[in-house]
Amino acid sequence: MAPPLAHGFADPVHAGQAMFRAAMEALSRPGRIRPLVTALAPPAPLTPELAALALALTDPDTPVWLDAPLRADPAVAGFLRFHTGAPIVAAPAQAAFALIADPARCPAFTDFAPGTPAYPDASATLILAVDTLSDGVGQPFAGPGIRGTARLEAGPLPADWAARWAANHAGFPLGIDCFFVAPGRLAGLPRSARPVDAETLPGSGDSAGSDDSAGSEALPCTSR
Amino acid sequence: MNAPDLASATVSAGTGYNFAYLDEGTKRMIRRAILKAIAIPGYQVPFAAREMPMPYGWGTGGVQVTAAILGAADVLKVIDQGADDTTNAVSIRRFFTATAGIATTTRTAEATVIQTRHRIPEAPLAEGQVLVYQVPIPEPLRFLEPRETETRQLHALAEYGLMHVKLYEDIARHGHIATTYAYPVEVAGRYVMDPSPTPKFDNPKMDDCPALQLFGAGREKRIYAIPPHTRVRSLDFEDHPFRVQSFDRPCALCGAEDVYLDEVVLDDAGGRMFVCSDTDHCETRRADGHTGEAA
Repeated sequence: MAPPLAHGFADPVHAGQAMFRAAMEALSRPGRIRPLVTALAPPAPLTPELAALALALTDPDTPVWLDAPLRADPAVAGFLRFHTGAPIVAAPAQAAFALIADPARCPAFTDFAPGTPAYPDASATLILAVDTLSDGVGQPFAGPGIRGTARLEAGPLPADWAARWAANHAGFPLGIDCFFVAPGRLAGLPRSARPVDAETLPGSGDSAGSDDSAGSEALPCTSR
Repeated sequence: MNAPDLASATVSAGTGYNFAYLDEGTKRMIRRAILKAIAIPGYQVPFAAREMPMPYGWGTGGVQVTAAILGAADVLKVIDQGADDTTNAVSIRRFFTATAGIATTTRTAEATVIQTRHRIPEAPLAEGQVLVYQVPIPEPLRFLEPRETETRQLHALAEYGLMHVKLYEDIARHGHIATTYAYPVEVAGRYVMDPSPTPKFDNPKMDDCPALQLFGAGREKRIYAIPPHTRVRSLDFEDHPFRVQSFDRPCALCGAEDVYLDEVVLDDAGGRMFVCSDTDHCETRRADGHTGEAA
């Protein structure tokens, strides 16, 4: 007999709103870690935070892709299918959302939908469950949502993550967007976040004055 | 899960509607559009706007965005042309009081979510606030190129020459850029965006604003966004730089200068006065002891 199904949100309306609002704040302020508190106890290796964002954001309209550890236990797909109704797809390119429990083996960004020039919103959102997540250290970013620069470090990630992100940003307005979740915490990294060379930063991480000079070249244009 | 508890928690007392009117599936769809709009600042994300219990033009897009983000702890302010006490503002505030049971305010500083029609409050916005604009026609190029297929291509190619030609024709005809509202802006160096029919006086407030700005167009079914601290540049020319309107007199009630004024006709003999369009700003100043010539 199958084990009992883990419960969803006790209060789907307000819990869903709280999770979305945390995600909205995280994405609109890249490099700022937000609290993400949930009482969910989904089947491992689906973490409570992965489950919370999945329940808040996905439904039958959003194909979801699961990475290998999440696919390994059918209870994960069963949990997500029951609570969200989202179709679980086999190909990353078909996914609107990708749930990733083993971020060190995250597939190449180019495996996911980047959107099209006319519809750059038709792109994938990756939700990665990381072990460590800290702001104020690591790679500095600039761009929309960031006053000056902001640093964000998450791990474990693939060794070529910095190059992947630089390529993802260079394709703006196409590209994928990321959420990093760790126990009780959440950070967002939209495609608009421009990696800044840490060597060129004047002094500390917070240089609000760099916005203007960077503004005109903040996002590469496809044609000008 | 316990059904009676769920019902009392999510269905607003007396209305029978879900919290903030919209069903959860619709909210999720709008929320996903908002997230993509934030990730691609200035790009208009299509969304499946619903019929709302109010006519198009009354803020159905803004109301849907507000309904999708609103939580039980939010404090909502609604303004119409800067005023908290006009029909549109009062009815939208009452709509959310009835369907979401949330607190409302007229004080800009106390609000967490501000829905606006055609103004940005005079008081500086703060981090943590969300400004939701009601947008009638989101496409800045629409009056220059009526075909959606073409404007979509123009945005994809960042081909905004048409808009510069339009502003140039203003200069050729009037000697200056005569566009005074819905003045086009370039967001984060990429997309040209319609700031909704706000007076161009408000354009500088959008630049590097600490609050998140969301735009909802219900009839046209588009959502777009400006994340906090984003570069928003009003289009102009080197020899015709962008300038905001200026007024040759202060507010007649509170004496404020450097604010946007409304003209109020007093009689049929040409009498008129100019007062703050932002009623909260004017009331706050008068409460602080500032007076104008007519006060």
